[in-house]
Amino acid sequence: MATYLEFIQQNEERDGVRFSWNVWPSSRLEATRMVVPLACLLTPLKERPDLPPVQYEPVLCSRPTCKAILNPLCQVDYRAKLWACNFCFQRNQFPPAYTGISEVNQPAELMPQFSTIEYVLQRGAQSPLIFLYVVDTCLEEDDLQALKESLQMSLSLLPPDALVGLITFGRMVQVHELSCEGISKSYVFRGTKDLTAKQIQDMLGLTKPAVPMQQARPGPPQEHPFVSSRFLQPVHKIDMNLTDLLGELQRDPWPVTQGKRPLRSTGVALSIAVGLLEGTFPNTGARIMLFTGGPPTQGPGMVVGDELKVPIRSWHDIEKDNARFMKKATKHYEMLANRTATNGHCIDIYACALDQTGLLEMKCCANLTGGHMVMGDSFNTSLFKQTFQRIFSKDFNGDFRMAFGATLEVKTSRELKVAGAIGPCVSLNVKGPCVSENELGVGGTNQWKICGLDPTSTLGIYFEVVNQHNAPVPQGGRGAIQFVTQYQHSSTQRRIRVTTIARNWADAQSQLRHIEAAFDQEAAAVLMARLGVFRAESEEGPDVLRWLDRQLIRLFMFHLRRSPFLQVFNNSPDESSYYRHHFARQDLTQSLIMIQPILYSYSFHGPPEPVLLDSSSILADRILLMDTFFQIVIYLGETIAQWRKAGYQDMPEYENFKHLLQAPLDDAQEILQARFPMPRYINTEHGGSQARFLLSKVNPSQTHNNLYAWGQETGAPILTDDVSLQVFMDHLKKLAVSSAC
Amino acid sequence: SGSFPNPGLYGSYPQGQAPPLSQAQGHLGAQPPQRSAPPQASTFTSPASGGPRMPSMTGPFLPGQGFGGPSLSQPNHVSSPPPQALPPGTQMTGPPGPPPPMHSSQQPGYQLQQNGEFFPKVRLGAKGFSYSGVFLFAFSIIQVIEDDRNNRGSEPFVTGVRGQVPPLVTTNFLVKDQGNASPRYIRCTSYNIPCTSDMAKQAQVPLAAVIKPLARLPPEEASPYVVDHGESGPLRCNRCKAYMCPFMQFIEGGRRFQCCFCSCINDVPPQYFQHLDHTGKRVDAYDRPELSLGSYEFLATVDYCKNNKFPSPPAFIFMIDVSYNAIRSGLVRLLCEELKSLLDFLPREGGTEESAIRVGFVTYNKVLHFYNVKSSLAQPQMMVVSDVADMFVPLLDGFLVNVSESRAVITSLLDQIPEMFADTRETETVFAPVIQAGMEALKAAECAGKLFLFHTSLPIAEAPGKLKNRDDRKLINTDKEKTLFQPQTGAYQTLAKECVAQGCCVDLFLFPNQYVDVATLSVVPQLTGGSVYKYACFQVENDQERFLSDLRRDVQKVVGFDAVMRVRTSTGIRAVDFFGAFYMSNTTDVELAGLDGDKTVTVEFKHDDRLNEESGALLQCALLYTSCAGQRRLRIHNLALNCCTQLADLYRNCETDTLINYMAKFAYRGVLNSPVKTVRDTLITQCAQILACYRKNCASPSSAGQLILPECMKLLPVYLNCVLKSDVLQPGAEVTTDDRAYVRQLVTSMDVAETNVFFYPRLLPLSATEPPAVRASEERLSNGDIYLLENGLNLFLWVGASVQQGVVQSLFNVSSFSQITSGLSVLPVLDNPLSKKVRGLIDSLRAQRSRYMKLIVVKQEDKLEMLFKHFLVEDKSLSGGASYVDFLCHMHKEIRQLLS
Repeated sequence: MATYLEFIQQNEERDGVRFSWNVWPSSRLEATRMVVPLACLLTPLKERPDLPPVQYEPVLCSRPTCKAILNPLCQVDYRAKLWACNFCFQRNQFPPAYTGISEVNQPAELMPQFSTIEYVLQRGAQSPLIFLYVVDTCLEEDDLQALKESLQMSLSLLPPDALVGLITFGRMVQVHELSCEGISKSYVFRGTKDLTAKQIQDMLGLTKPAVPMQQARPGPPQEHPFVSSRFLQPVHKIDMNLTDLLGELQRDPWPVTQGKRPLRSTGVALSIAVGLLEGTFPNTGARIMLFTGGPPTQGPGMVVGDELKVPIRSWHDIEKDNARFMKKATKHYEMLANRTATNGHCIDIYACALDQTGLLEMKCCANLTGGHMVMGDSFNTSLFKQTFQRIFSKDFNGDFRMAFGATLEVKTSRELKVAGAIGPCVSLNVKGPCVSENELGVGGTNQWKICGLDPTSTLGIYFEVVNQHNAPVPQGGRGAIQFVTQYQHSSTQRRIRVTTIARNWADAQSQLRHIEAAFDQEAAAVLMARLGVFRAESEEGPDVLRWLDRQLIRLFMFHLRRSPFLQVFNNSPDESSYYRHHFARQDLTQSLIMIQPILYSYSFHGPPEPVLLDSSSILADRILLMDTFFQIVIYLGETIAQWRKAGYQDMPEYENFKHLLQAPLDDAQEILQARFPMPRYINTEHGGSQARFLLSKVNPSQTHNNLYAWGQETGAPILTDDVSLQVFMDHLKKLAVSSAC
Repeated sequence: SGSFPNPGLYGSYPQGQAPPLSQAQGHLGAQPPQRSAPPQASTFTSPASGGPRMPSMTGPFLPGQGFGGPSLSQPNHVSSPPPQALPPGTQMTGPPGPPPPMHSSQQPGYQLQQNGEFFPKVRLGAKGFSYSGVFLFAFSIIQVIEDDRNNRGSEPFVTGVRGQVPPLVTTNFLVKDQGNASPRYIRCTSYNIPCTSDMAKQAQVPLAAVIKPLARLPPEEASPYVVDHGESGPLRCNRCKAYMCPFMQFIEGGRRFQCCFCSCINDVPPQYFQHLDHTGKRVDAYDRPELSLGSYEFLATVDYCKNNKFPSPPAFIFMIDVSYNAIRSGLVRLLCEELKSLLDFLPREGGTEESAIRVGFVTYNKVLHFYNVKSSLAQPQMMVVSDVADMFVPLLDGFLVNVSESRAVITSLLDQIPEMFADTRETETVFAPVIQAGMEALKAAECAGKLFLFHTSLPIAEAPGKLKNRDDRKLINTDKEKTLFQPQTGAYQTLAKECVAQGCCVDLFLFPNQYVDVATLSVVPQLTGGSVYKYACFQVENDQERFLSDLRRDVQKVVGFDAVMRVRTSTGIRAVDFFGAFYMSNTTDVELAGLDGDKTVTVEFKHDDRLNEESGALLQCALLYTSCAGQRRLRIHNLALNCCTQLADLYRNCETDTLINYMAKFAYRGVLNSPVKTVRDTLITQCAQILACYRKNCASPSSAGQLILPECMKLLPVYLNCVLKSDVLQPGAEVTTDDRAYVRQLVTSMDVAETNVFFYPRLLPLSATEPPAVRASEERLSNGDIYLLENGLNLFLWVGASVQQGVVQSLFNVSSFSQITSGLSVLPVLDNPLSKKVRGLIDSLRAQRSRYMKLIVVKQEDKLEMLFKHFLVEDKSLSGGASYVDFLCHMHKEIRQLLS
């Protein structure tokens, strides 16, 4: 048997699962004492180039309350053609198609290497993907131009049969009709008036006249494209037309007087987008892509008034309960997000502006529907352009890295119950027998809807051991969990991915060492951090920190405490929302980077090496590369910067210096290429204003307070009153000792 | 334009000498002029000579002139019944009998007014009020018109003298402005006002002025001069705010002036100072229009503008119904095609190359489509607004554009509109949201303007201002009849009010196939100074010419926008009531979102104090408006009237046409609130009181059997009868509720000439070389002749059954009467003198009227003849309207009752 480390890695690669504990304490009592809950990070659609989907449907357990899917852990009686469900122990007949099975002729789902398997469903009509662009026109001229170009470019990236629609907004909201030739036609709505889905459909002329209700309800999706063809058209048909339309798109023509913000009806625009899809394409894969360049300033969902002299709310205002529009706006967007989730659509938000754009209020739209959230300074930056392009990247099969309308169902064996999930999902409120009373994250259900997801979307799923102490698990017993993800593949196929895992039970008293050894510190850290962030979203900051401190102290927690996920100091409410959004959906590796940024050092002293995220690492003859997930910072030490200024890199005799300068750039480029969303790329040097990005992250082991104690030779002092890791640890030790008794 | 020799100035007649008159014949020219009456009081002609006619001394009644002279002048009234004037035999129940004896002896040396007067006479037989044996003298309107033309048509009308009665509206004359406004701008019911309210009450003669502030002038007359008083703005009286005018008295060597309206003494600003000559007149009086003319304009300063900002040039918005009906009838295609060229002829001012007016386009059915026609676009863009409950304008930039800049985009749009909706199946329309949208668009663009609405059907789609079909003929002649004239919802009034505040005038073109509730739909046009045009059952083939002609005229005509009119008067009388297409939010200011050269405002005055005979009474009408080029201006009209202490002076200076204009408007407004019968009775009573008062106070004692009418009012009964039997007050079976509402609102802003011909149509026989009109009565029709009949709205060509075949051939290009298509609306273009003459005549008739009159050819004894006969107003009508003679008898009865 390999080490636990290998085991963990292997499991992650095969099943996309990382558990906090890989050997499970066998009773509730023991589990509670472990402090870190039994939980896992699940990446439901983890890319598996080695896993071709099977072209048939899964076999289900016949017990109506169970319906678990046949998996390698099931006991099979080949002779009687029976199988026993490993969750409810029901004995089931194989379906007729399986008559040929034997020990040597097994279907894939029974083979151990197919603990994760993907089925392609043949039934059900396939409906095309839908992309509905919702575009803010209250932008600066070059911003709008850049955005228009990006959008035009994106048409070439979309699947040719995908339906595409366009809504633009400013003071008014325009829904563009795409089919007409000659005159371009759009439906215009007042930006201040909230409309019900019914009203929107009436006004767009989408209500079908005189169709009996019974007929309309199970309405076959083939009928839909006909009805809404005016607003959503196959890309291949109208790409020329739409390119022209986008090209002619003007800035919002309504005059904006001095000292005012443009009137921006984001709330109504989104509402109309949601209403449009709701009426015409419920439960099909659709992305509403909102591109906005500023805060909503009128109508439902407005975040700030149009008077420039009144700044947009800050954390300070929110704490003082001074954010006039926040609650109402949040409510509006939550209502929209919930409706969108119910319809199985997702909302992306691309917010590019120097000031805040109301992400705090709008975050639920992306969070609950599995949409993307991208924040940048301008649409005219590579950050936006490349990020947006990356949305449409394809996998090894040439399929888009996106899936829609997924339902994740979690089944557990009897000793376990599901406590909740944290990630881009909403509860489906299915209270099966394996649902725990206690909730961690979004709980009270064992099914969640994930309207939009990609191969890296990761959920934290929390469990509760319910086995009583006095009913021990039989020796060698294993607990099992099955994750069933039904989704619409980007090729419009309906698919089901099933992952079934099992872990050993161990008695905490006798086998504590096993349990300890099987602890996955990284997973646990991220899972705890997710819980923390989840709480931070709903509770006051300091309370969460206290809770976290009470729960568990580990090294990484120093950085987590300082991270923007829990700290709001120095961040706008929008930035906090943005950071938290990504934290709640990235996989383990990325999450760890977010919590504790990585710092590489490049120097003439040796090959590039990771160094401590500490101010002592900032040296004059080093180039530093820091990756915080959201930012890539290249920092030239003082001497290096002087050299570069002197132009040594251009002299043939100093070619090695040129290489040294180039090395971090290349590495950064590699990260930039791979990451979504594209990080902010910062190239700075000692004393540069942008150096603050680095200085704010490193452990302030040297500050202006203790500078002279450390001597002036090494590192750079950080001007902060924050405690350093050293002080934090000292304090911790004291605490740990005092509270142990 | 009379064909017979003009007898010269009226003044040249010896007193008592009358020009010939043969009202019974209608062929005036046939009779040689003859002296028909002896000079004194022998105004009664011998029965054989036809109705005597006094020269109508309508000339100025100059101060100092008048009553002093011996009373050789004509009696104000006489009463000899000329047998020739008998009504057609059909209306006589008794035998005509011999002419009754003359009653000249009844004219003693009573103080007679000298002004030309006349004396119709009704002689009642022994049977009391029965028609038997009644002889009455029904005056001929035609004759009066011809006389006035002959007497007054040749000399210009010089306005320098106070209280002059101008020539009739039917007379062509030139006006020379010498200090009073031209009668084209203002006409009064009387040019001599009683000094006291008691007198006025006694006479019951309404004191009203019919004002047409932007009236078009013939090319020979100069339009008002524009005066610029610089930054300080027009000079006004400090107290009553009257504008500087020729009647202001400069005193103290020119340093001050006394206001002619309120007598307040004001300082003359230094820059306006000028010395006075020995007569007390400023030496620059003739250099300054405001000191020497009756009508002129001031340039307004920024103080006279909304929000203290000079206005932007106005805009025209074309709003086109594209529902199924509009598409199917071909209207949309026709209209779009026409607009392409029509947009080159938007009104412009002075010598400007290009009109300053911007245009915008909206189409609609139950949703609205706005169009972005910005010049930089390759193609127009359509923006649909379906939120009709809460209308708004979806775009600002690109909606209102300059025609020449956006020419290509506009043409492309107009080409595409008919195509885009060619397959429409939408039959429902909205209406109020359309107006709302236009108004909001103007508001957003911060300008005044005009909406041209082309609408086809009752707006039944779910939206504000939604209407239901409430047409109910059973209500006619009930107390609820008035509801047919009232709008069905108050929403349109509210909307109109908003439009007026924005200076948004609405012109409505209706193309109904059935009831559309004109009464409600016309509320906004009515209150915003707009016009309504109605083309029932519109068919491109039949109605194209009429519609396009109206449209062209309507689009091209000069309009003043965002106007406020105020009428100021000398102390003693006050403007108390106003009639016309406008809105009033207080009791004095007439607010007109738009005002064109066809629209009139009738103003009624009442006494609130004594007037002074010496100083007379002054009217000053000030109209503040924005010109087509966006210039803010004030147009001022001044008129001085005489005042009298003798009722006879009042009666001698009245103008029946103007009276009828006022009375018709009064009655047509009355039907909104009272049963039609009450309105009719009120009219009759008032008329009887006016005439009875005259009889009692101004005429010599005479037998009660005599009907004595003042010269100036001798046509009052016949005109009044026409008003009473008009469609609004007495509808026939074929008249729809919409027609009545349509006519009702049309009449509200008609000027005197229009009401005149509208109520008493012109009937022209074609056989005469220069056809003088004949009386509108069937008995005037000869079955061997062809007649044209027009009333400003309708034009008929009546063909007698035994018209010569040659005539038929040369006019209709068919060989016989029976082959003429009944209802034909276009005469074939034939190269022969008759055809040319008739078509030329039709063209010239159309040119005189503000609306295009569609021709209908009616054959004698044909079905359509019923329609035609409706306009023969001297006859008894099918709907129960009295004939002229019957009405005269009735009126006489009423007067007798009042006198006894």
